[in-house]
Amino acid sequence: MKVNIILFGQLTDIAGTDNFTLENVADTDGLVAKLHKSYPPLINSKYVIAVDKNIISTNTLLTNNCTVALLPPFSGG
Amino acid sequence: MLYYRPFQVDKIMKPDNASYERYQRQTILKEFGEAGQQKLLHSKVLVIGAGGLGCPALQYLAAAGIGNIGIVDDDIVSITDLHRQVLYSTFDIGFSKAEKAKHSLARLNPGIDIIAYKERLTTFNTLPIISAYDIVIDGTDNFASRYMINDACVLLNKPLVYGAVSQFEGQVAIFNYQNKKGDTPVNYRDLFPEPPREGEVLNCAEAGVLGVLPGIIGTMQANETIKLITGMGKALINSILTYNALNNRVYELSLSARKETLLFTPATAFAFQQMDYDWLCSSNNRKFEINGEAFNHLLNTGNADIIDVRETGELPLPTGFNYTQIPLSEFKEKITSVKSETVIVFCQSGKRSLQAAQWLFDEFGESKKIFSLQGGIFNWLKNNSMQQP
Repeated sequence: MKVNIILFGQLTDIAGTDNFTLENVADTDGLVAKLHKSYPPLINSKYVIAVDKNIISTNTLLTNNCTVALLPPFSGG
Repeated sequence: MLYYRPFQVDKIMKPDNASYERYQRQTILKEFGEAGQQKLLHSKVLVIGAGGLGCPALQYLAAAGIGNIGIVDDDIVSITDLHRQVLYSTFDIGFSKAEKAKHSLARLNPGIDIIAYKERLTTFNTLPIISAYDIVIDGTDNFASRYMINDACVLLNKPLVYGAVSQFEGQVAIFNYQNKKGDTPVNYRDLFPEPPREGEVLNCAEAGVLGVLPGIIGTMQANETIKLITGMGKALINSILTYNALNNRVYELSLSARKETLLFTPATAFAFQQMDYDWLCSSNNRKFEINGEAFNHLLNTGNADIIDVRETGELPLPTGFNYTQIPLSEFKEKITSVKSETVIVFCQSGKRSLQAAQWLFDEFGESKKIFSLQGGIFNWLKNNSMQQP
């Protein structure tokens, strides 16, 4: 199962890219654990998760070829 | 032949007066029409923050004929603002942003009413100021103000046109818009319930921003405001749009109201006044702050290192005491050059110096006495003008 990841703001600096794909992740909790392992600075970063453009607040099952976006808050003006 | 009559423009648009000609290119749009123009002329929009986002938003709203515009900003124009804050000129450096913005907009469109609020929003003045307007535009540059404005708009049922930028990316959304169906409106806390903790998000001075980016995002805020007022098109209600200036990618996310959000927003005006937004957004940096009087006392004792953390070229330059300059952008790498046991940092408004104070504390801990001048050097100079040569 393939999941598309899109990152925004300073999260792209942490991962070194703004989009990539991951295999074998069943749900958002599993995905976050995997991302934290690959990119430890994400642990101390604030962001919300959206699955197929809908913001989620609890663990959510992922489907093949879905897109998960990680959006941090911006404060600049 | 019609001529402009700059200071006698009639608010009520008639086909034979100058205001009709001024707005002709938008009133001929059938979706907009004369009805749309009348709605704009009778609307009241408050723009909080006349900076990178506020300047372009104000410029287009004034040009479009928003009848009543409020501008809130307590800051003064600095040279580092000019690459993105397009209402100001080099000659405006050191002057009030709210006043200079008002002056600039009054020249652009003398037929509208503009009020400049040269004050910092607090939990005491925010509700009375916002109450007088139909729509609020958030063009601020810090989380404390953003959460305070969001909560005030929730309390007063005012639509909030939100915009924010970081480096090459921007966000735009309309919060707190009550639809006709009576659904609970979405607010900023439905997206991010609580402000980030220290270090979780880079601030603007640290992260930098491409000048044209707030121009694009602020202009989108003006566009969303005009759509809200006229009812044209599909406004960004219950969704947040992100824009990337480097690759032109646009991404829109849907938002929904959450019950838990009610736990975070103050339910009454009194509860709002009791909130400490600065504290919420900067957990422990307030301990560094000293007022002008304490600053003067430390000056007299004479053994403190005083450091200006503004970028090179920022004015006014204080006289009457010795200080060194370490711009915030170079502060971290030069931090070990700070030798004295007592250190006072200052900047224009007291925000960047708080950051510097935190870094000093991270480096030296309790081994140094670290202070940050509250309200910045501009405020201090104003209160101590008698002592200046």
